[in-house]
Amino acid sequence: MRAVLRRAGSGLIVLWAAATAAYLALLAAPGDTVDSIIGDGADTPLIRSQIIQEWGLDRPAVVQYLDYLWRAAHGDLGRSYLLQRPVRDVIGEQLTPTLELAVAAAALGVLIALVLAVTTRRAWARRTSSTTELVLVSTPPFLIGIVLLSVFSFRFGWFPVSGDRGVAALILPAVTLALPIAGVLTQVLRDGLDRALSEPFAVTARSRGLAENAVLIRHALRHALLPAVTLTGWLFGVLLGGAVIVEQVFGRPGLGQVTLAAVNSKDMPVVLAVVVLSAFVYVLINTLADVVYLAIDPRLRRS
Amino acid sequence: MTLALERPVVLRPRRPGVAAASVFLAVALLAALWPGLLAADPLAADPFHVLEAPSAAHWFGTDQLGRDVFDRVVHGARHSLAIGLAAVGIAVFAGVLLGLLAGLSHRFADEALSRSFDALSAFPLLLLALLFIAITGPGSVSLVVAIGLATLPTYARVIRTQTFVVRRAGYVTEAVAFGASRARLVLRHVLPNVLGPLPILAMIGLGEAILAAAGLSFLGMGPQPPSPEWGAMISEGRGYLRIAWWASVLPGMAVTLTVISLTVAGRYLQRRFEGRA
Amino acid sequence: MSALVEVEDLHVTFGDVQAVRGISFAVEPGECVAIVGESGSGKSVTARTLVGLAGPGAEVRAAALTLDGRDARGFAERDWRRVRGGFAGLVLQDALVSLDPLRSIGAEIGEVLREHQVDGEVVRLLADVHVPEPERRAKQYPHQLSGGLRQRALIASAIAASPPLLIADEPTTALDVTVQARILGLLGELKEAGRTLLLISHDLAVVAKLADRVLVMKDGQIVESGTAGMLRAGARHPYTKQLVAAAELHPRAATKRPSTGVVAEVRGFRKDYGRHTVARDVDLTVHRGEIVGLVGESGSGKTTVAHALFGLVEPTAGEITFEDGPWSGVPERRRRPRRRKLQLISQDPLSSFDPRWTVRRIVGEATGTPLPFLERVGLTADVLDRYPRQLSGGQRQRVAIARAIAPRPSLIVCDEPVSALDVSVQAQVLGLLAGIRAEDGTALLFISHDLAVIRHLADRVLVMKDGAVVEEGPVERVFAAPEHEYTRALLAAAPTLEVAAP
Repeated sequence: MRAVLRRAGSGLIVLWAAATAAYLALLAAPGDTVDSIIGDGADTPLIRSQIIQEWGLDRPAVVQYLDYLWRAAHGDLGRSYLLQRPVRDVIGEQLTPTLELAVAAAALGVLIALVLAVTTRRAWARRTSSTTELVLVSTPPFLIGIVLLSVFSFRFGWFPVSGDRGVAALILPAVTLALPIAGVLTQVLRDGLDRALSEPFAVTARSRGLAENAVLIRHALRHALLPAVTLTGWLFGVLLGGAVIVEQVFGRPGLGQVTLAAVNSKDMPVVLAVVVLSAFVYVLINTLADVVYLAIDPRLRRS
Repeated sequence: MTLALERPVVLRPRRPGVAAASVFLAVALLAALWPGLLAADPLAADPFHVLEAPSAAHWFGTDQLGRDVFDRVVHGARHSLAIGLAAVGIAVFAGVLLGLLAGLSHRFADEALSRSFDALSAFPLLLLALLFIAITGPGSVSLVVAIGLATLPTYARVIRTQTFVVRRAGYVTEAVAFGASRARLVLRHVLPNVLGPLPILAMIGLGEAILAAAGLSFLGMGPQPPSPEWGAMISEGRGYLRIAWWASVLPGMAVTLTVISLTVAGRYLQRRFEGRA
Repeated sequence: MSALVEVEDLHVTFGDVQAVRGISFAVEPGECVAIVGESGSGKSVTARTLVGLAGPGAEVRAAALTLDGRDARGFAERDWRRVRGGFAGLVLQDALVSLDPLRSIGAEIGEVLREHQVDGEVVRLLADVHVPEPERRAKQYPHQLSGGLRQRALIASAIAASPPLLIADEPTTALDVTVQARILGLLGELKEAGRTLLLISHDLAVVAKLADRVLVMKDGQIVESGTAGMLRAGARHPYTKQLVAAAELHPRAATKRPSTGVVAEVRGFRKDYGRHTVARDVDLTVHRGEIVGLVGESGSGKTTVAHALFGLVEPTAGEITFEDGPWSGVPERRRRPRRRKLQLISQDPLSSFDPRWTVRRIVGEATGTPLPFLERVGLTADVLDRYPRQLSGGQRQRVAIARAIAPRPSLIVCDEPVSALDVSVQAQVLGLLAGIRAEDGTALLFISHDLAVIRHLADRVLVMKDGAVVEEGPVERVFAAPEHEYTRALLAAAPTLEVAAP
């Protein structure tokens, strides 16, 4: 329990540092802060004074920074200048499609990885599988998406070309996002299984009369999961980054589209909010992963 | 007593794969250094030969403006490799410096540095890059700095851990026996042993950087058209996917093959390195 | 009554490597047979072949391989699974890694019961192998138990399905001497209860008390067999003679009086880590040219003393002098000029060499001309350009010695320098160290858990327990008439051939 609290504590520190870094990036931008907030938006004296007032840019820098932190901590992420709406609402309504995509892709990726790592133990299956993994990991996800799109939507017409209506529209984007994840995870799991199976405890388990599959599932798999769990943070980054690209390829609405639009129009409050939000989720997920790690590995628990 | 425990040494360097990877990398390097040697002008448009399928005249076909896709792919190598190398260069240089600093310093400084690595890696690579580009605008330089910054923590962490391991290794402890000073220990034992695996890591990292750069270019954040950048080419060709798959898929293959080659060669060297050291 | 295990002309090969080359033996019910040999002799492979676990890529051929009256040569995986745990239980060396570290020991033992569908209680089984508080222990994980308890739990899991045969592969090697004696006692109990034992060990003395018959293996063949007593009285094969010599508490060959003068002195040494005291009130004097033995089990504080003497650990209290000057409490700068006079040889020489350096550079760091020193430790010029990894364990330790003697030190701290070596190599390295003292007059502080080694080499011995020195004196006196109860316990626990002699 104390270990969990300590991890949560260090997670908060990381989050604070991340929010600060994002804020500093904004300040470090060349030119006037008002300019970078306005970006390519309409530039009138009225809007300028509005920005100065809303962001409190006439106050001392320290106060501005503390105010930013305070508001961010309360979920107030500012106002989009492009859309003239609170950022929270903009993000809130686009969150669901991205979340659906991310969860579906993560689940699919993990499932594929587990099945592949466990079933491809024989030499030839292993060689085929690891070559495929290498190709998947090395291929840009948008290329995978484009190929899937041209084969299954254009050629066969099995799935809609774009949109987010229904499960059918989710399948290709989720597969696109899941494949590179499955590639990496399979490699990590297989490596972990190999290592665990060559440990003395695997010999002991076999010497009890366990079938090879039982040794694999009951003993080795838990060991193999440990390094995979540490990849959770990475997985989240790939999901979110991948979502931006996949949403673009498949014309799906979502956080990625919002972010891209914001970047292109320099709608800084939205960009900043997305980045800080993703850091928050990253820290949250990593803390969860630490807890899961503790649950799997008793050696790290302090009694 | 461990004879039966050890797995039989499976000879898996897959030499043909490694050979193919090396040849491909050599070609890619050649294309990046002297693109004119292998291909003609990547910008020469030919309105009479638009979106033509691959043929003897146009190995990779032509794109929507009648430009030769092969010529563009060859010239694109320069952009992709240069962006990747520069990004990895930034990440490795800063990562090594900060990692060594963390590994060699005492608890407080180490803790502070490690937390900042954590903070930096809390941003997904792509989002960090987008934030950066939102501030500075699209272009190669933005890509390089953004990718370099985002991948820096990986190197810093590896170097930090490695420094810890080496510092505690028996040979460093025992070098004290010969009256070695701290500076001498760091220079003669710690640094060479810490840096050993770095070129290989950087090689595999280069693949990731190229992949990330292609992704950002695909989103229109990289070199602007008509520059022949691989990611941008895929993006441009996407609109003609139904009638001309080659305009986007073949540049994509170039990315994939480059990254695979880097990974295969890097892993091979890694195994060699670990086997020896 | 027919034999439980019958092996005739057994060959096991891994690719080009012939691990076992035509051995034959039988194990009768209720008997205890030991296979003794050094690493690579094929003893472990033999043991594992009996449960069909020779390892991946192993090719097994035999004229006969009969288990419990059944021909095992044609066994399918399913038959082997019935043999494993049901007919033969297997106990491996270190329970910390031989039990699944992610599962409680209760789950591990319960697994055997379920697999073989036998009735039995985990708690009962743990009580049978004398694990105290079995209910509580069953819920614990291997890392939470002491080495001895872990090993007992591992034995409990091996005998859970009541197999008639128990195969124990180096069951006590990772353990301290007194714990080892207790585990051997437990194995003895199991034998009394009618179980058949097959023991595998590198140490003849460990198995001498238990074994009815000993098979000596070398290079995949059985070179000699007989009772431990018979082997001791009349070993014919040179390798068996080495094993016997290593297993006996050999009296010292020659006693050379140490010259006068003190080279290093530790007074009132104490080391605390937080609230934990790892060493207290340690007094230790090493005279010029003297060999001082420091004996103790793991956690006794002997390594801490060595590290303090080497200047790696600053004392919490007390002081250390070396070469007529203060050694503790002074900045490293003031120690540096005297550093070359103090050298270290550690248990694991591989980790003490920079992996990127060749032997030439490693020894060259200490002297400009490495070759004479290499020749002195019995190596030749052809190792000069090799990397540490390319050397055998014995060669590495010789390189470590060459590097240590090159600066002509007045004291060498030897931290378990032969513990990782095979018996035959051990004797050579010990001889080398004794020779260096005799010729150079270098003093040695020799740290070991192995009493036989200390007795062979040291002039004076200190016995440590729980961070304190409990006994000190000349080797002859301490071994002949130990004063402290713990020393007596250590000596009693040390396995010897003498005990087994009829």
